[in-house]
Amino acid sequence: MKKNDTAYYIHGINGPVIDVRGGTGLSMLDMVRVGELRLPGEVVGVSKSGATVQVYEDTSGLRHGQPVYPALAPLSIDLGPGLLGNIFDGIARPLKKIEDTAGVFITRGLDIPALDPEKLWDVTVNIKDGDLVSEGMVFAECPETFAVRHLSLVPPGVSGVAQGVKPSGKYGTSDVIATVKLKNGSDYQLKLSQKWPIRVPRPVRERLPIIRPMITGQRVIDTLFPVGRGGCAAIPGPFGAGKTMVQHQLAKWADADIIVYLGCGERGNEMTQVLEEFSELTDPKNGRPLMERTILIANTSNMPVAAREASIYTGVTIAEYYRDMGYHVALMADSTSRWAEALREISGRLEEMPAEEAFPAYLPSRLAEFYERAGLMKTLSGSEGSITIIGAVSPQGGDFSEPVTQNTKRFTRCFWALDRSLAYARHFPAINWTSSYSEYFIDLAPWYDAELGSDFTAKRQRMINILHEESALQEIVKLIGSDILPDDQKLIIEAARLIKTGFLQQNAFHKTDTYMPLPMQYDMIELILRLFDGAKTLTEKKIPLSLLRDTGIFAELMKMKFDLGEGAGRDRKYFEELIDAAVAKVMSENE
Amino acid sequence: MRIEYTGTSELSGSLMVVGGVLGVGYDEFAEITLKDGGRRHGRVIAIDGNRAVIQVFEGTRGISLENSRTHFTGEPLKLALSTEILGRVFDGVGRPADGLGEIFPKERRDINGSVINPVSRKYPRECIYTGISAIDATATLIRGQKLPVFSGAGMKHNELAAQMVRQAKIGDGSNFAIVFAAMGVKNDVADFFRKSFEDAGAIGRVVMFLNLASDPIIERIITPRCALTAAEYLAFTHGYHVLVIMTDMSSYCEALREFSSSKGEIPSRKGFPSYMYSDLASIYERAGQIHGMKGSVTQVPILTMPNDDISHPIPDLTGYITEGQIVLSREMELSGIYPPISILSSLSRLMKDGIGEGFTREDHAELSNQLFASYSRVQDARSLASVIGEDELSPTDKKYIEFGRRLENAYIRQDINENRTITQTLDMAWEILSLLPREELDRVGDKMLDKYYKG
Repeated sequence: MKKNDTAYYIHGINGPVIDVRGGTGLSMLDMVRVGELRLPGEVVGVSKSGATVQVYEDTSGLRHGQPVYPALAPLSIDLGPGLLGNIFDGIARPLKKIEDTAGVFITRGLDIPALDPEKLWDVTVNIKDGDLVSEGMVFAECPETFAVRHLSLVPPGVSGVAQGVKPSGKYGTSDVIATVKLKNGSDYQLKLSQKWPIRVPRPVRERLPIIRPMITGQRVIDTLFPVGRGGCAAIPGPFGAGKTMVQHQLAKWADADIIVYLGCGERGNEMTQVLEEFSELTDPKNGRPLMERTILIANTSNMPVAAREASIYTGVTIAEYYRDMGYHVALMADSTSRWAEALREISGRLEEMPAEEAFPAYLPSRLAEFYERAGLMKTLSGSEGSITIIGAVSPQGGDFSEPVTQNTKRFTRCFWALDRSLAYARHFPAINWTSSYSEYFIDLAPWYDAELGSDFTAKRQRMINILHEESALQEIVKLIGSDILPDDQKLIIEAARLIKTGFLQQNAFHKTDTYMPLPMQYDMIELILRLFDGAKTLTEKKIPLSLLRDTGIFAELMKMKFDLGEGAGRDRKYFEELIDAAVAKVMSENE
Repeated sequence: MRIEYTGTSELSGSLMVVGGVLGVGYDEFAEITLKDGGRRHGRVIAIDGNRAVIQVFEGTRGISLENSRTHFTGEPLKLALSTEILGRVFDGVGRPADGLGEIFPKERRDINGSVINPVSRKYPRECIYTGISAIDATATLIRGQKLPVFSGAGMKHNELAAQMVRQAKIGDGSNFAIVFAAMGVKNDVADFFRKSFEDAGAIGRVVMFLNLASDPIIERIITPRCALTAAEYLAFTHGYHVLVIMTDMSSYCEALREFSSSKGEIPSRKGFPSYMYSDLASIYERAGQIHGMKGSVTQVPILTMPNDDISHPIPDLTGYITEGQIVLSREMELSGIYPPISILSSLSRLMKDGIGEGFTREDHAELSNQLFASYSRVQDARSLASVIGEDELSPTDKKYIEFGRRLENAYIRQDINENRTITQTLDMAWEILSLLPREELDRVGDKMLDKYYKG
């Protein structure tokens, strides 16, 4: 086989890593198409003899000498209306379209654009001929789904005079809406869609301080360990501890405008479940299917490893695109460990020097780059938008000292540690209240107190104190049993049990318990503390705690989460009276 | 024209490097003929210019730099398939091993399979009753699920798997099949399974792929892929509901490690290769159901946890991919309980959507939650009793001890041929739960308690 000097060809193959020879014109992180199937790949190394390419698909059957076609541009994805409600693979190819083309099994070398070029959108054009446009300006908008208005912004770096502006009407994503005369004299065509390289963060005007939480309706998160809107949280946990379940709950209930759900190296059936469930579930705010505000990215565990490495960048780029329109976006990444392992696998094939547990030495900096793309931002258009990243971590053997968990801890300020023993006891969400933390709470406390009443922070702290006292007491109980304890300590144990079972545990499959509004969470805290205080007055008078327990009031409060709220017919007042009556009854009978 | 390359340029472990080749594909299947007429088979695992690195399945013993001729077939390893495979026994790489001759193939398929598009998957919802209480009530098996058995050396995992095969109603009538893959197991184990398939009257519906302990380890890496290719063919081309039993996944992983280190790869935890997760996923993810297709592939892989350690990389990575696990406990095994299933650490991720009203019974979900919660209290009571003695326990804790005892000895324990219906299982669980005071049952609503609690 004779080659001419300008044609790139395959020289060597080792799994997803290809050694390309035939020229020196390739740059780092350029896209290429490899072999006769034109498999997509990315340049990860350049040398005098050629380049090293990682391929995003299975490389079986590739041969020495087959051509490699350079695209001379970095790996980019199409952004525009039509992303919402869809499911994509790791490099943003639409899986539904792939099914239509290739059938139920994914075949290789498909080149299907992320956005449907046929579909026409009902576009309102906001500019006219001769207008001076600049980056971040909204030049057109269209309803993408029932609830989400898609704003088309002038891409970063583009400014000049608009010419040939089309009137409002129906346009496809590749139709030219206007032409911008750039300062350097060239023309830039404004379309509904634009390309963006996934490894480059989209620019913003400035980063704003985080002042309010992302409300999730999950009691243990909202009350004890809240994540700020625009913050990052990590969920580490061994298998079976419920990481995916927490991610699903957040994707369903978090008060974000847009959800990007990234299934990175996880189970195929889980993606199917999200797809099915989110199409059926409706958004309480507008009664429309949740899928209309959701974008799924699926690189299941048996899909190509190199695309897994790219998938989190694809996810966060899409999130940034919607943030730039002024939306609050939540990105669920399940699981970042699989991404780190993909990094490790490719690094091994590139024969790089391994660091801890064979992960490459640049693992921490890559993790930092990813999590730093979260934040509450003032966008180029002047609006406020945010990205909140929730990253699941799957530590090997449930050992939190491994590199991915440890490095993730450094770059996220909220840590929801899932616990195997809680999961075994079917205490869900299995977020351990002693090893989890949220550094955001200090920043958010003013918001909570303003929203719920000035004593929220204090009451929350009292609840935490009870839990901590109890965990210290448990050491003794394990040795001598709880019967020997004095009544005031028994009360701590009993109250902690009520907090754990009645408050922290939340049933994701229960009709009403699956989501609890923040004010109602506050009501529950108040009721629990009211009972605690009432019981305390009894124990101070040396009245045995068992008498109060026999009234069944603890059991009643244990189940109040199912009874509170609309439809269930019982409100805070009902329980307040119940508590007061029980305490007064025991008091009067024993004084 | 048949092109053969004479000689090799390098040999190392099970790897053989052939130089001067042109146009050979990655992952291509190769046939090697030795001077003495011996034949070997291999797969291209790396290409570097005109050198191809071949992994030789049968090992490189006896190969020198000159005595071999290599032919590249131009395609990856393919498995010959037709419905004739039912009732047949193959070796680890899919060659007939029962002396009945080659099968007449309707189709030849790449053993690596293709990825099922997540959009095309059908979320599995129909449960398979195994007639084993400890599985049916608290770790329900769902058609299309991958539910491994985590065991340890010497425990009764084979008996349990055989009982599941005998009792499970996998298909609705005649359309079921069993694919059995043995990787590095002893001959007696393979015989045990063969015999139990015969006893179940199912031997005509079984396809066996056997890579025994003495067979080459490189073949072991191929074995589960052959088995799953056969299973997918039966399920998605012919509409069978297929149950795939794979044993022992630990031997498979060790073969992978051996092979990886012979290639000089950088090892990760405990010397296993860093790609073991994706490698295992490429096996386990080949389970499921597909929209618009009748059949299903359900996997029950069996693995022995080295030193009973569930955090060892093999069970650990498996648990992250599979949809739950059935864990056997040494403690239960020692106290003579069969099946020695540890209820607390066992889990079925798919059961929540396949149980309850319209599937099994209205109380199933709450009941299983309560069983977990109460049984985990038993562990607390036991550890307390071991310190202060059972007599000193509070009355409630004493009830928990009694509850735990009954649960293990009457409910979990069952005869190797005992096939309990789901109603029997659930009723029995309620009867034992009723040993506890009603207010202790905080995972069950009043409606269910009124109906089923007998205390």
